[in-house]
Amino acid sequence: MNEKKDPTQRPRGGVTRRGFLGSVGAGAVVAATGVARPGEAIPEITSPEEMVRVALMINGRLHRLLVEPRWTLLFVLRERLAITGTKAGCERGECGSCTVLIDGQPRYACMTLAVEAEGTEITTVEGLLDGEELGTVQKAFVEEDAFQCGYCTPGQVMAAEGLLRINPSPSFDEIRCGMSGNLCRCGTYPHIVNAVTTAAENKKGGQ
Amino acid sequence: MDKESPYWIDGSVPETPGTGEYPDPWKKTTIVGTRVPRVDAYERVSGTAVYPHDVSLPEMLHGAILRCPHAHANVLKIDTSKAEKMPGVLAVLTGESPGADMPWYSRRGQFTSKLFDTRCRHEGEEIAVVAAETPLQAVDAIRAIEVEYEVLPFVVDDEAALEPSAPAIHEGGNIIGEPSVRERGDLAAGFAEADVVVERTYSTKCEIHAPMEPHGSVAKWDGNRLTIWDTTQGVYSVQEGLARAMSLPLANVRVIGHYMGGGFGSKLEVGKYTVYAALMAKTTGRPVKIFMPREDCFLATGNRPGNKMTVKIGAKKDGTLTAIDYKSLGSPGAYPAGAGSGSLAAYLYTCANVRTEDTTVYTNAGKARPMRAPGFPQGAWALEQAMDELAQKLDVDPIELRLQNIATELQAEENRPYTSNQLAECLRKGAAEFGWDEARKRVQSDGHLRRGVGVAACFWGYGGGPPSTVIVKLFSDGSVNLNMGASDIGTGTKTWAAMIVAEELGVAVNQIQIEHADTATTQYATSSGGSKTVPSDSPAVRAAAYAVKVQLMRMAAEQLEVDVSDLELRDLKISSQSDSEKSIEVTGLEKLGRQGLVIGTGYRDPNPEDKITFPFAAQFCEVEVNTHTGEVRLLHFLGAHDSGRVLNRLTYDNQVFGGIVMGVGLGMTEERVLDRQTGKMANANFHDYKVPTMKDIAVEHSCVPIDIPDNEFNTTGTKGLGEPATIPTAAAIANAVYDAIGIRVTDSPINPVQMARLIAEQRKEA
Repeated sequence: MNEKKDPTQRPRGGVTRRGFLGSVGAGAVVAATGVARPGEAIPEITSPEEMVRVALMINGRLHRLLVEPRWTLLFVLRERLAITGTKAGCERGECGSCTVLIDGQPRYACMTLAVEAEGTEITTVEGLLDGEELGTVQKAFVEEDAFQCGYCTPGQVMAAEGLLRINPSPSFDEIRCGMSGNLCRCGTYPHIVNAVTTAAENKKGGQ
Repeated sequence: MDKESPYWIDGSVPETPGTGEYPDPWKKTTIVGTRVPRVDAYERVSGTAVYPHDVSLPEMLHGAILRCPHAHANVLKIDTSKAEKMPGVLAVLTGESPGADMPWYSRRGQFTSKLFDTRCRHEGEEIAVVAAETPLQAVDAIRAIEVEYEVLPFVVDDEAALEPSAPAIHEGGNIIGEPSVRERGDLAAGFAEADVVVERTYSTKCEIHAPMEPHGSVAKWDGNRLTIWDTTQGVYSVQEGLARAMSLPLANVRVIGHYMGGGFGSKLEVGKYTVYAALMAKTTGRPVKIFMPREDCFLATGNRPGNKMTVKIGAKKDGTLTAIDYKSLGSPGAYPAGAGSGSLAAYLYTCANVRTEDTTVYTNAGKARPMRAPGFPQGAWALEQAMDELAQKLDVDPIELRLQNIATELQAEENRPYTSNQLAECLRKGAAEFGWDEARKRVQSDGHLRRGVGVAACFWGYGGGPPSTVIVKLFSDGSVNLNMGASDIGTGTKTWAAMIVAEELGVAVNQIQIEHADTATTQYATSSGGSKTVPSDSPAVRAAAYAVKVQLMRMAAEQLEVDVSDLELRDLKISSQSDSEKSIEVTGLEKLGRQGLVIGTGYRDPNPEDKITFPFAAQFCEVEVNTHTGEVRLLHFLGAHDSGRVLNRLTYDNQVFGGIVMGVGLGMTEERVLDRQTGKMANANFHDYKVPTMKDIAVEHSCVPIDIPDNEFNTTGTKGLGEPATIPTAAAIANAVYDAIGIRVTDSPINPVQMARLIAEQRKEA
């Protein structure tokens, strides 16, 4: 958390932290940042409508915008930036449809506040494309038919991408573990296992 | 078949919309039956597919719905004054708003409630709706609405609801009509003949559909024309429901449903949210989007009722079934919908003396909607476990017992024979590929880890049929546009449709563009549900392509001056079979060039009159039970399916495995919990309601299609697959668990909590 790159070159904290701390309530602050400790001065209270400036690095492009401190990264992606590949399934961190990579790690965008994501590198499913060309994991999902309705698929693809970046040769059990945070109600898990395996091989082959 | 039609099929008689030339069955195919990746795969994996939840229109408002927090209550007073003054709020809708006082109906058109009913019969009934500039403003505003309730006594237990003293949910009491009875022969005589009788009571828990895309719509008015983007399995069904609710001409309601994130039966009908969006879009003059939060989806978008089933089977020593007595109780919640489960018991096996009785009762719970093979997985859980028990008592292989009793005709009113029934092949070929005999001989015990194998069989009680209309356009450059009304709910509809056109016309699959699921621009199709999209719409697709082919051949015959019967079409080239000199590319047809395109209209051919068509299946599984922890690991699952001809083997496998995964949910993980103290759902979220994850599935999955075309049924030889893929799964698991540890698990789900208890009880008895 401490050594995140800040694409704006602005020191971390400042406006972002104050607006965020003051408005979402102590419980949420503890959950989200773990920084509110007993004895620490309670920051100035701001109203929920008070907008905070953030700069978000999404798929290599910097987006500067005003957000309410309570807005999640998912909300900002979909409702403010119209980057709708990232899907909303439960909006409470249980289904994985909104999985994105934050600094290379799979994270639920619904459980990440937009203000929290400042200074990180965010990758959505669109960010795996090279122009119109699908990424390796996406191609494997096509080839292995690793989806049906496709609604959970962007999240599955991002979870697989994150898994393979950390573990380039996952075993069957490691795939099951790494992908278990993403629900697929169509039940395409057997084909998702195949896709992750194929993608791992193709990534090693330099595809 | 009318009496046996699934309850969610409206009473109307399906009819072929037009006559046409129906092609003969394929003798051999080059594209159909192969593995073809989906034509819309790029859109779905790249994030570029626009689902209804992704739709955003200029000036669009966002809606939120306030729901009743009580299981049973009267609304006395609603005060919306604070909400109306909140920032960003543009509309607040209650039952007293102009135009909102409208009746609400079940799918068969009975009026049982209102758009906003002041009597709330289950937790999650709609009280008021807000439209605001942003989604969060709308949520803030519904929280500011003050409602005064008179909380009423409630009942959420099916059996308690039968008691005369139970709170009445509708006038006339809680029992919904007379029990539905199927009866033949003489039950008492049948049991008198029996050498062996098994009897047991089973139960399954209520399941929630829980598609990954929540329910919702976007509504936009242009003058008197309403356009709806809806996450739906059937655009025409939503159009009809909206037009009826809002008294609009059908032509004025355009419903678009290109992509959708799963339904499983919960998205077959118009939702109240769609009507709210339309009403508020009218009053504000701006588009309105309403998507339901996940918790609300758990409460108010349907479910598969739990059933309590008592089944008694009698058989002679030689395995002949002499009598089946089946009683089922289920609740569709607070409004009419089906909750029966008796079809399998009545018809899967040959038996002269059968009685099934389905009792359904209102409870203060969310209304059921058809969920993937409504009633069948529950019935299989009871019947197929009973058959397993019978096989033990008779000391025969459970596969042999089933093979011996397969029904060749529907043992109902007219005893119509099936156009095809390959259940025997499913059992034989499935067992061979699974290694059934070897698995049963294997040492099954390794200390506390015990292995077992199980099998279960089924049919699915709906075949499909007319109406369906499809249009195929072939342009002068040989590219093709396919126009059909069916939704692709994830089953690969667009892909097999393109494959059929490619097969018929010799066009490459990627040369075919598809327009679908739009009531304004595409042809009529019934909803994608009931495993009937392939058998209903694929023959119409083929007929449309065939109609194009016939015209092209006539053009070529004229231009080449040969007889039509001498010509064949291959890879967009028409050649004379007798004179190899005479051939022409389709793009070289002069008449096609002058016309610009050729249009072919295809209709679904009528079903044969004196026969009936069902898909059949058998599933096999091997489990490992940990007798220390009660955990059950699935080692291998195999689905052997008779769904007629296989169109696309890639998506076929996926469908079979997906059905098995959902069946694992019913069998091992899923259960709606209604709190007895409050009547409220205690697990309305994905954390506490356990949809299977990747960690819950079997280590190995196999698919064994019995790829025998049913050419008597339709011109593609296809039957349905989606529902049968999930019917026998849970029962097969239960039978495997019995084989492993000798415990008959009568109540779903087979989770470690229950297993640990049952294993402890078994030890105590021993």
